[in-house]
Amino acid sequence: MMSRLRKFPFWSWVWFILGAVYFLLPLYSTLDFSLSMERDKISLLAYQKAFEDKEFLATFGYSTLLAVMTIIASIVLIVPTAYWIRLRLPEARRITEFITLMPFVIPAIILVFGMIRIYSSPMSIPFTDIDLIKPLTMTKFGTNVLIVAGYMVLAMPYMYRSVDTGMRTVDVRTLTEAAQSLGANWFTIITRVILPNIRSALLSGALLTFAIVVGEVIFASFLGVKAFGPYLFLLGQHRAYEPAALSFVSFLMTWAAMGLIQLFTGGQGQTAGAH
Amino acid sequence: MTQAINSKPKFAGLFSNWKNWLGVLPFFLFAFLFLLLPSLRLFVGSFTDANGDFTLDNIFQLFTQKAILDAYWLSIRISAVTALGGGVFGFLLAYSVTVGGLPKPLRSMLVTFSGVASNFAGVPLAFAFVATLGRTGLITAVMKEFFGVNIYKTGFNLYSFTGLSLTYMYFQFPLMMLIMAPALDGLKKEWREAAENLGATAAQYWIRVAFPVLLPPLLGTMILLFGNAFGAYATAYALTGGSLPIVTIQIGAQIRGDVLHNPGLGYAMAMGMVFIMAISLAGYTSLQKLSERWLR
Repeated sequence: MMSRLRKFPFWSWVWFILGAVYFLLPLYSTLDFSLSMERDKISLLAYQKAFEDKEFLATFGYSTLLAVMTIIASIVLIVPTAYWIRLRLPEARRITEFITLMPFVIPAIILVFGMIRIYSSPMSIPFTDIDLIKPLTMTKFGTNVLIVAGYMVLAMPYMYRSVDTGMRTVDVRTLTEAAQSLGANWFTIITRVILPNIRSALLSGALLTFAIVVGEVIFASFLGVKAFGPYLFLLGQHRAYEPAALSFVSFLMTWAAMGLIQLFTGGQGQTAGAH
Repeated sequence: MTQAINSKPKFAGLFSNWKNWLGVLPFFLFAFLFLLLPSLRLFVGSFTDANGDFTLDNIFQLFTQKAILDAYWLSIRISAVTALGGGVFGFLLAYSVTVGGLPKPLRSMLVTFSGVASNFAGVPLAFAFVATLGRTGLITAVMKEFFGVNIYKTGFNLYSFTGLSLTYMYFQFPLMMLIMAPALDGLKKEWREAAENLGATAAQYWIRVAFPVLLPPLLGTMILLFGNAFGAYATAYALTGGSLPIVTIQIGAQIRGDVLHNPGLGYAMAMGMVFIMAISLAGYTSLQKLSERWLR
C-alpha cells in the first residue's frame, strides 16, 4: 500500500546529483582552466595556440588517417566474414565470437608487447638464413601496417558485434538469393546489397573505432609513431593550458561520436575504450 | 556396415564444408597473425631461459620477486577498489533512473553521458583530473580559498593510489550504470506486487526478492570492471608518469628496456596478466548466463 503513494524520491535525487557532479566537475575544471591562459579574463588563447601548433595538425591528421584506414580495413575484413558465417557457415559462429572477445583478455599493452617481439625480427624461411620480409618495425610502411592491425584488433569486438547485429535485422539469405537470381556476383552482393543495408550498424562501429583510435597512446608510443595520443601526453609535460584545451576538445569529440551512434542506432550507448 | 554407410555422406558434407571455411580464411589468418602469434610468442617466451631452453624458473620468480608481487598486488587493489566503488555507485545511479522514480528524460541524459564517460579515458581523462584535483586544480583552489583547507596538506595526493582510483572511477561507474540499468528494468512489477500481497515490506522485497535476482549481474559486472581497470595503462601513465608501479606500467617499462634484466620474466609477467584477465572475463560471462535465467 505504502509504495503506491510514492513520495518524493529523495535518495534517487541524491545519487543522481552526486553522479552529475562527479561527471561534470572534471569537465568544468578543464574548461575553466583552458580558458584562463590570460590573467583575469576569459580567453580562447590556449585553444588558438593549441590549434596553431604545426605538430598538432600533423599528429592529429595522422591519427585521423590511421582511424580511417582502420575503419576501412575492419569493414573489408569483418563484413564478408560475418556475412559468410550467417549464410553458409553457422558452425564457425562460436569460434569467431570467441576470437572477437580475445581483445578483452589480452590488453593492448600485452598485445603490443607480443607484436613488437614477433615483428621486430625478420621473417625467414624456417631452418635457413634467407629472409623473406624485413622486420616490420624497421620500415615506415611496416610500422603503419602493424599499428593499423593493432587498432583493428582493439576495435574488433565492437565492429564485429555491430556488424553482426546489423545483419540480424536484415534477411541476409533472401537478399542474397534475390541478388543472385538477378545475376549478381559475390562482390556486387556485398558492396551493393549487404553494405547499404547495414549502414547504420557500420556507422556506429566506425564512430566507436574512431573514438578509440584517435586518442590511442599505447600502440602509438611503443611503435614510435607521431600520433595525437603521444603528442598530447608530451604536450602535458611542458605546457599547462594547451593540453587542457585539447583535452576538452577530445571530450567534445567523444561526445559527438557517441551522440551520433545513439542517433543512428536509437538504442543504448555502446561502450569501449583504451583506458 | 552401418557405420560405413553413415560415414559416407558425413564425409562428403565435411568436404563441401571445407570449401565454405575458405570464406572465413582471411579473418582467421588475421587473428592468427596479430592476435594468436603475438600471444603465443609471450607464452613460449615465459617458459624459456636465456639460452632458449625450457624452464619454469620465470613462473617461479613471478611468485617470489618482491617487485613483481608488489606490482600485481597494487594493480589488484586498485582494480578491486574501483570495481567495488564504481559498482556500488553505478548501481545506485542505475537504480535512481530506473525503479527509483526519477523523471524519464533524466535517464536518457544519464545513458548518453555514461556512454561518453565510459569511453573518455587515457591522456585527456588524466589531464581533466589534474585540472580538478591537481595541486592547482579547481577543487584544490576552492577548498583552500573558501574553506581554508589545503587538501594536499591533509595527505591527499592525486598522483597516488587514491588519486588514480578516483580517476578510474570516471570510466568505471558509467559502465556499471550502462549494464545495470537494463537489468533493473528486468525486475518484474508482478514480483513486487506478489511480495506486497503476501505482506512483505519494501525492505523485505529488496532483500529477499530483488537482490538475489540482481546478484549475478551485479557481481558479473563488477568482475568486468575489475578487468577493465586491471588492463588500463594510458590513464595511469599520463597521470603518474610511471611513478605508481602497477603491472601494466611495469610491463611498459620492460618493453622499453629490459628493466627486469630477464626477458623471460617479462613475458611471464605479461602472461600472468592475461591469466587474470581471462579469469575475470570467464567469471563475467558465466554470471551473465546465470542472470539471464530471471532477467529478460
